[in-house]
Amino acid sequence: MSSIGTAERPLRVAVIGSGPAGFYTVEHLFRQDKYVVLVDMFERLPTPFGLVRYGVAPDHQKIKNVTRIYEKLAQRPEFRFFGNVEYGKHVTLEDLKRYYHQIVFATGTQGDRKLGIPGEDLKGFHSAREFVAWYNGHPDYTHLEFDLSKERVAVVGVGNVAVDVARILLKTREELEKTDIADYALEALANSNVREVYMLGRRGPAQAAFTPPEIKELGELADAEVVVRPEEAELDELSKKVLEEHPDKETLRKLEIIRQYVREMPTGTKRRVLYLRFLVSPVEAHANEAGEVDGLKLVKNELYMTEAGTLRPRPTDRYEEIPVQLVFRSIGYKGAPLPGLPFHERWGVIWNKKGRVIDPETDQPLTGLYCAGWIKRGATGVIGTNKPDALETVTCMLEDVEAGRVLDPEASEPEAAERLVRERQPDFVSFEDWKIIDRLEIERGKAVGRPRVKFTSVEEMLEALRREKAKAAVGS
Amino acid sequence: MNVRTILATKGTHVVTVRPEQTIREAVRLLVQHNIGALVVVNEAGQPVGIISERDIVRAAARYEDRDICTMRVEEIMTKDLITGTPQDDVHSVAHTMTERRIRHLPIMEGGKLAGIVSIGDVLKAQRDLYQGEVDTLQTQIMADKEE
Repeated sequence: MSSIGTAERPLRVAVIGSGPAGFYTVEHLFRQDKYVVLVDMFERLPTPFGLVRYGVAPDHQKIKNVTRIYEKLAQRPEFRFFGNVEYGKHVTLEDLKRYYHQIVFATGTQGDRKLGIPGEDLKGFHSAREFVAWYNGHPDYTHLEFDLSKERVAVVGVGNVAVDVARILLKTREELEKTDIADYALEALANSNVREVYMLGRRGPAQAAFTPPEIKELGELADAEVVVRPEEAELDELSKKVLEEHPDKETLRKLEIIRQYVREMPTGTKRRVLYLRFLVSPVEAHANEAGEVDGLKLVKNELYMTEAGTLRPRPTDRYEEIPVQLVFRSIGYKGAPLPGLPFHERWGVIWNKKGRVIDPETDQPLTGLYCAGWIKRGATGVIGTNKPDALETVTCMLEDVEAGRVLDPEASEPEAAERLVRERQPDFVSFEDWKIIDRLEIERGKAVGRPRVKFTSVEEMLEALRREKAKAAVGS
Repeated sequence: MNVRTILATKGTHVVTVRPEQTIREAVRLLVQHNIGALVVVNEAGQPVGIISERDIVRAAARYEDRDICTMRVEEIMTKDLITGTPQDDVHSVAHTMTERRIRHLPIMEGGKLAGIVSIGDVLKAQRDLYQGEVDTLQTQIMADKEE
């Protein structure tokens, strides 16, 4: 019998998830030329690209251009896309082990971190992640309701997701119309009563996670202005000392932009205001008689230095109340467990070493199982961070092929896996099918001067596909 | 990015040694696991020090007249131990490790040893982060040019 990874006996890899981590895994697998590799990518939704489609803000279209690289990979004959096929529902780990030598989980994060404060479950207290998925038209989130008749909103967190949420809430209809935001979200946001957005950072401006371009963009909105309290923009002694010792360029640039906001007094000519706040943490959300959020109690924080040198917040005995009726917590995404895989609950990741899934009891790798991206390292970094991350995983995979540590599938021929998919999910979506959906969305967008108008339900996508295919059949 | 990101792909298993064990045993563990330092823990599993290759080399120079292999770990270990938590920022940790010339930082979570990060882990995490940012920017520039 010939060895695995040859033309006669190609290495068969299943990649679960079609976001950046999944596609960079594919890229690295195709970039090496030692082994012949055939990849099948499984995606729960009919549409590929994960958070590039459903996470990246609709007004950041340029970032979404990264999909061109993924598309080139997907055109290769060694690649197949099985969209609308869900791991754990249509195919199980046991199924996959029968068809593949290696299985890579690149499923990302489906949950988010909670603040753990009283009132977090009140009506009007939402997760930013769900709001983002909603306005981006993710089929699982279209049913959500956000009461945008409220005037004052808090966004808890100062990372880039928090900035996205604040910006989208503050944009005008004209600004949003240029994006591929979901139609229903465009209507809801264009008619929203939101006047004030409070963005709350628990540490100071020097520690905020947002990047300079993102914070600068907030100052360029058509009908909203940014207000920063002078005393909160002022650095504390510890932050000053750290910055003097390590004058980090990015931090200095961020601080300069924030000081600029302090200098520019509010003109009052714009309809909406963003209050950028630092050194405050929510401690409790109050409710009105209807059980909706009505006010958020904040504690003022001060910074202290840990043994390892990090500046961390700790509460003082000073409190204040902000009159918000809607809250979005945006303090980090967190992975959810996957059937059949060892999961580190507290960290929200699959137990792994450099991408090899391990058994936490024995600390030893589980043969043939790997992970990449956020489900491997946690929700951190930009799209490109998944490239070195996936490379680490693929390096382990190739080492294991070399050492013969792979699964022993009973049916490794590609036709067998396709039969399984057809049997379990007759409505699976191929990459060619996705290209049809893609074209239709872009055509719908062109008609109204937008980058695309998304289909926002799986049924709608499948229906459009059936129509197009019927048309093509008649045409031929 | 915080230390948890590093630990997530490194595992939480930490190779430890007891204070009363010999340097010979410590050296064996270092070689066996291909690592540069061992966390020294007491009976309760609490870290009381750290012993690194450097500590052993220094001891070899200082105790020229003794067989250091038979000495006890506690005699030569570094006692003033600096520890971190999974919430520590990677860039702060990088500064601290560089300034204070620490190559290994034991990580504590909920009063327990939850992992260890080396200066190599920290540099790799930072490199990956920067590489990722550069790659993302390049992709955008390329896409702009294609338009």
